[in-house]
Amino acid sequence: MSAASAAPLLEVRGLRVDYGVGDGAIHAVTDADLMLHRGEVLGLAGESGSGKSTLAYAITRLLRPPGIITGGDVRFHPEPGRCVDLLEADAEQLRVLRWSQISVVMQSAMNSLNPVMTTGSQLADVLEAHRPGMSAASRRARAAELLQMVGITADRLGSYPHELSGGMRQRVMIAMALALQPQIVIMDEPTTALDVVTQREILEELSDLRDRLGFAILFITHDLSLLIEIADSIAVMYAGRVVERAPAGALFRAPRHPYSLGLLSSFPSLHGQRRRLAGIPGSPPDLRQLPSGCAFHPRCGYAVDRCSVQVPPLLRLDEDGGRVAACWRQDGSAPPPPELAAGLHGRTSASAAGSSLPDRTQAPRAPAARADGTGAGAEPVAGSSPGGASADLGRAAPILGSQP
Amino acid sequence: MTELALSPQAPVTGPPLLEARGLTKHFPVHAAAGAAGGLGGWARRGPGRGPVPRGRAVHAVENVNLSLPQAGITAVVGESGSGKSTLARLLARLLTPTSGELLLHGRPARAHGRRDYARQVQLVLQDPFSSLNPVHDVRYHLTRPLRVHGLGGAASLDEALASLLERVALTPAGQFLDKYPHELSGGQRQRVAIARALAVRPRVLLADEPVSMLDVSIRLGILNLLGDLRDRERLGILYITHDIASARYLADTIIVLYAGQVVESGPAVAVTDHPQHPYTQLLLSAAPDPERGEAVELRGRGAPPSLVTPPSGCRFHPRCPHAMAVCSQQMPGLFRAGPDHLSACWLREQAAATPGNLAPDQGGGG
Repeated sequence: MSAASAAPLLEVRGLRVDYGVGDGAIHAVTDADLMLHRGEVLGLAGESGSGKSTLAYAITRLLRPPGIITGGDVRFHPEPGRCVDLLEADAEQLRVLRWSQISVVMQSAMNSLNPVMTTGSQLADVLEAHRPGMSAASRRARAAELLQMVGITADRLGSYPHELSGGMRQRVMIAMALALQPQIVIMDEPTTALDVVTQREILEELSDLRDRLGFAILFITHDLSLLIEIADSIAVMYAGRVVERAPAGALFRAPRHPYSLGLLSSFPSLHGQRRRLAGIPGSPPDLRQLPSGCAFHPRCGYAVDRCSVQVPPLLRLDEDGGRVAACWRQDGSAPPPPELAAGLHGRTSASAAGSSLPDRTQAPRAPAARADGTGAGAEPVAGSSPGGASADLGRAAPILGSQP
Repeated sequence: MTELALSPQAPVTGPPLLEARGLTKHFPVHAAAGAAGGLGGWARRGPGRGPVPRGRAVHAVENVNLSLPQAGITAVVGESGSGKSTLARLLARLLTPTSGELLLHGRPARAHGRRDYARQVQLVLQDPFSSLNPVHDVRYHLTRPLRVHGLGGAASLDEALASLLERVALTPAGQFLDKYPHELSGGQRQRVAIARALAVRPRVLLADEPVSMLDVSIRLGILNLLGDLRDRERLGILYITHDIASARYLADTIIVLYAGQVVESGPAVAVTDHPQHPYTQLLLSAAPDPERGEAVELRGRGAPPSLVTPPSGCRFHPRCPHAMAVCSQQMPGLFRAGPDHLSACWLREQAAATPGNLAPDQGGGG
């Protein structure tokens, strides 16, 4: 969790991706900023159409036409002091980097594996392409080792994908992604199609492997509740933009963007009193006709006039830039709504196991619905700075373009 | 605040609308389908297509009892392959049970004609992208059931359609009637699918994973709609899901299915807060839970068994951390674990003998 102080492994700044050209172009990703550190799990959360997969494909330059990268920077630091501009890299540079440094696990393992090749030969294929010096015998040995690493016995080397269960197929994909010991593994909804028990098993294995091998993960999913458990930090995307970035625990306890708040309130809890949740009214916008200003404003209970006119930049909410949110209500001109200032969920520390968990399952309400808590009255939350954003926001400044 | 709008532990009384007794469905397996749980050929094999070699079968649903009360939501929770969708299709009479009884309003399902049964029991499918016909507009989708069941006179048709759309909160109706499925969002499509089911004024709604294809932010809208239909129209609703948190949120009763068998049933909060069956405990410990303080300990790893050759005794015993000798020999009956709370586990029988022995409150203890 303290990875924020370390040097970044991957920096994404102002990345823009369009589908199509000219007036009809769809802006699938707009001004995305991300930072992935060594050994970190960065969660990318968003609904379908939020641009999270497009962002991953753009980073790896796997975007297919009509997808076009129209701006921004993607810098990869394979080792301290070395920097590769992924957007400028030519085909040969990419060939060397892909898979050996940055690998990808796709959502549908069934479609990612070749149905007419055994798992063993698919694993060996990776090694053959990237480690030309390796002998066939050592490739085979390495393939067996890789399978065992993800909890599959080596006798499955001769199995075809259709002979494996969904969970095993996804494990083979993970083994393949780790075959060359990359520094970054991008996982696009890796467990979405799996049952919860299998999902949990794979996530545990992944976390063990990360501890052992030290790779960083960009974990893309729509399941924010899962992400909070497994990620170190989380970026929330909406309509192609990153709208909030925060350490996972802080995002859960005290979301700063109304959309994050709404998403968190869309997951029913497994504890406490049952309360009616409201979710988020409306549906995600059509990227062809984005609302003016903040794309979330038509669904937002906290919107003010400015929101429909001007797109909010990512505002820095703490000193080290670990927390940012793109919301005008956080710009410091007025105290933000209490739900977006302190912690809505008012959680005590995680060590207080066994004590009754406070109810976090309240729906986001219109600001007027809660007259009892002005910004000043909002109670501080363990783990987040007291007073949170409201007190210090005189200094809030757009972080875009203000690189240290 | 709309606290308790979901009326936890809703007082559910009166005779059940729909009741299943010992419902069982075996799908015969073609000889070529292989032994290792491959379901290769079963679907193509209809009745009367020649003898089934060696009597092999997928034991998809085994001896399931359940009753759907009026104004109550019963959630069926299980993983893929647990038989939950087969159960829904049995209840909709799209499949003929191998054995067991289906009672609607206390009378055998067969005593109701097929059309009459369909008028009372409607099915909502998982994927609103494929359950609506892309070449027809909303008006057509909603008019069909009215025509088929002889409910819509031409004069009142527009009114009926408008009120249908209103019931699923698609207003103003005029804006939606002439739209085609591709012009609607996923949530709106699912609302149309629910409206279509509601058109014939059914008493029972079978919802098979109605929100799992939808975006997170709009799922709650559909769940709340189902809750409102229960409260306002007193429908009996079967909510099939793999997401136990949503079952806890919405349902009055939860039934946990494993490998085609009911392993636990009871009031929703009791089942999730005090799970009795080791499988329910496993399911809860694996479910995403941001409030969980420490790492999860999964007890009962592995995958569900082959349903062609299910394990003897309790089907969970090969994975069960508490398995005893008796578990592999005899299928446990349903033991009482609390008011209306049943668990099909031999541990429960022991616990009854030595009180306070087993209360592994694993799901709530995080």
